[in-house]
Amino acid sequence: MTIFDFEKPINELESAIQELRQLVAEKGIDRTREIAELEAQRERLLRQIFSHLRPWDKVLLARHPKRPYALDYIRLMCESFVELHGDRLGFDDPAIVAGVGKLGAYRLVIVGQQKGRDLKERQRRNFGMAKPEGYRKAMRMFQLAEKFRLPVLTLVDTPAADPGVESESRGISEAIARSMLTLFELTVPTVSVILGEGGSGGAIALAATNRVLMLEHAIYSVIPPEGCAAILWRDPNRAPEAANALKLTAEEALRLKLIDLIVPEPLGAAHRDPQTTALSVRSAILQQLDELSQMEPEALREHRYQRFRQMGVFQTAAP
Amino acid sequence: MASASDQWVQCAKCKKILFKPDFEQAMRVCPSCGHHHRLRARERIAFTVDPNSFVETDADLRPADPLGFPEYADKLAKGAQSAGENEAIITGIATIEGHRVVLGVMDFAFMGGSMGSVVGEKVVRCFERGLEQSLPVILFCASGGARMQEGLVSLMQMAKTTAGVARFQQARQPYIAVFTDPTMAGVLASFASLADVILAEPGALVGFAGQRVAAQASVGKPPANFQTAEFQMEHGMIDLIVPRKQIRPTLAYLLDIFTGGARV
Repeated sequence: MTIFDFEKPINELESAIQELRQLVAEKGIDRTREIAELEAQRERLLRQIFSHLRPWDKVLLARHPKRPYALDYIRLMCESFVELHGDRLGFDDPAIVAGVGKLGAYRLVIVGQQKGRDLKERQRRNFGMAKPEGYRKAMRMFQLAEKFRLPVLTLVDTPAADPGVESESRGISEAIARSMLTLFELTVPTVSVILGEGGSGGAIALAATNRVLMLEHAIYSVIPPEGCAAILWRDPNRAPEAANALKLTAEEALRLKLIDLIVPEPLGAAHRDPQTTALSVRSAILQQLDELSQMEPEALREHRYQRFRQMGVFQTAAP
Repeated sequence: MASASDQWVQCAKCKKILFKPDFEQAMRVCPSCGHHHRLRARERIAFTVDPNSFVETDADLRPADPLGFPEYADKLAKGAQSAGENEAIITGIATIEGHRVVLGVMDFAFMGGSMGSVVGEKVVRCFERGLEQSLPVILFCASGGARMQEGLVSLMQMAKTTAGVARFQQARQPYIAVFTDPTMAGVLASFASLADVILAEPGALVGFAGQRVAAQASVGKPPANFQTAEFQMEHGMIDLIVPRKQIRPTLAYLLDIFTGGARV
C-alpha cells in the first residue's frame, strides 16, 4: 500500500495508537492517558499538515488508493440503488457504473466512474478510464432520466478517458462529445460531483450539468500534471510544479467560477472517514436537487446553457 | 515544407521539388503524391468562399491569461507575431456558391490551433449567429486540442462549444465540419464530432490521444493508418474524405440538399 510522504508521520502515530490499544485489549494494562496523548498529537499533526497542502499533495490525495470510490458513495449515501448495464450496442463498460436509486426525497438516475480497489479489480475497471461504450451507457441513462422525469447525478473520478486503439476505433471522441450534448438537451435537474480525479475530457463528458460540486481534496484538470510537465519542460518529474501552474484544486476551480460548491472532507481527507464524507456529499447533493427542482424543465436547460456559455476569460480590443 | 528558393518548394511528404506557382495553383496539394499541406486560415477562406463575400466577425476578441500560466503571455505574443493572427480561429459570414453561411476556420499556425477561451467564444458565437439568422454553420477544424495554458477554463470550452451545438439544433440548419490536418483531442471530442455531416481532407491526422499515449495504452501495435482520416472513416466516424479541390463544390452540394427542401 502506497503511503505518501506527507502522510507518513500520521500513519506512524496511528500504528502506535493501534499497538497500544491492542496491548490494552490483550493484557488489560491501562494506557488511557498515553492513548489520549497520542491521539491529541495525531490531531495536531493532521491539522498542521492539512492546513497547508500543496496542489501536488491534493493530486496524491485525489489518487489515494484508499480514497472512497463512486460505488462506496452510492452505498453510503443512497437508501437504495439498482445497477443497470450495457450500451445496447454490444458492450458494457465496467469503468462506468450506472443505475437507478433513491437518495433522500428523490428517485434518481446515477452514473459514476468507478476505479478498482485491488489489482484485479483495477484492471477490470480499466483504472476508471471509460471507453466509448461507457459514455454510451451513460447516455442511455440520461435519456431514461429524461423520459421518466428523474434528476441525474453523476460521480466523476477518472484519470482520463481510455486513450487506446480500441477506444479510438469505436469513436471515443464522438462518445465524449455526444455525452455532453445529451446532458445539454435534458430538461431534468442534473448535478455532478468531482469525487477524486476530474481527468480532462473523460471527466467533462459527465460534468456538463446544472450544478458541479467538488470534494475538498479532489482535482479537476485539462491535462494530468505529468503530461503538462512533459510538454512544458520535457520532464514528467516536474509534475508538482505543473500541478501549481494548472490551478487544478477545488479552491481554484471555485475562484474561477467553474464549480458551484466545495464539499468539505473530514480532517485527514475522505479516506480517513468515508462515512462522514458520504454524508456531507449527500446533504450537498440534496440541497442542489431541492433548489433545481423548483425550476421549470425549459429553465433547467437554459440554466445549463448559460452556466457554460459564460465560461471563458478573454479581452476585447479597442476598435 | 522547406523553401528551396522563391520559385521552388519541396513536398513535405514525397520530398519532390515543385514549381511554386503550380503548387499554389493546386491549393498546396502536391501534384506528385497528393499530400495535402496545411493551409493558413485566410488561404482556406479564399479557396472556399465566393470572391469578396467574406465578412469577418468578432475579430476584436483577444486571449487573456486567466491562470498566469508560465510562459503563456510570451507564447501568445510570439504566436501572434509569427502567425500574423490574434487567435487560432477566424470566423465570419460568407457565401459558398451563393449559399449564405456562418463560417469558422481554425488556424494551426497559432499555438497549434489550440482551443482556449477565444476559440470557444468564437465557435459559440458562430452557432448563436447561425440560430439568430437561420444560417448553416461550416467549421474547418485544425487543432491539437484544448489549450493547456488556460487550464480548466480551456476544458470548459469543450462543454461550452457543445452547448452551442445543442442549441443550434433548434435552427434546423445544417452544421458541417471539415476535419483538416490535424483535428485532435479536445476539439475532436467536442463540437467537431457533433456535426450533421463530417468531411475530412485525405491523410489528415484525426484522433483523441497522442499516438504514443495511444500505443502505450493498447495491446499490440496500432495499425499503420491509425488516426488518419481514412482510419476514422473506416470506423464510421467520418462521412466522406474529400480532396481539397472538391471541398467547395461538395459543401455547396450538401447545402443545397439540406436547405433546398424536398422538391427539386
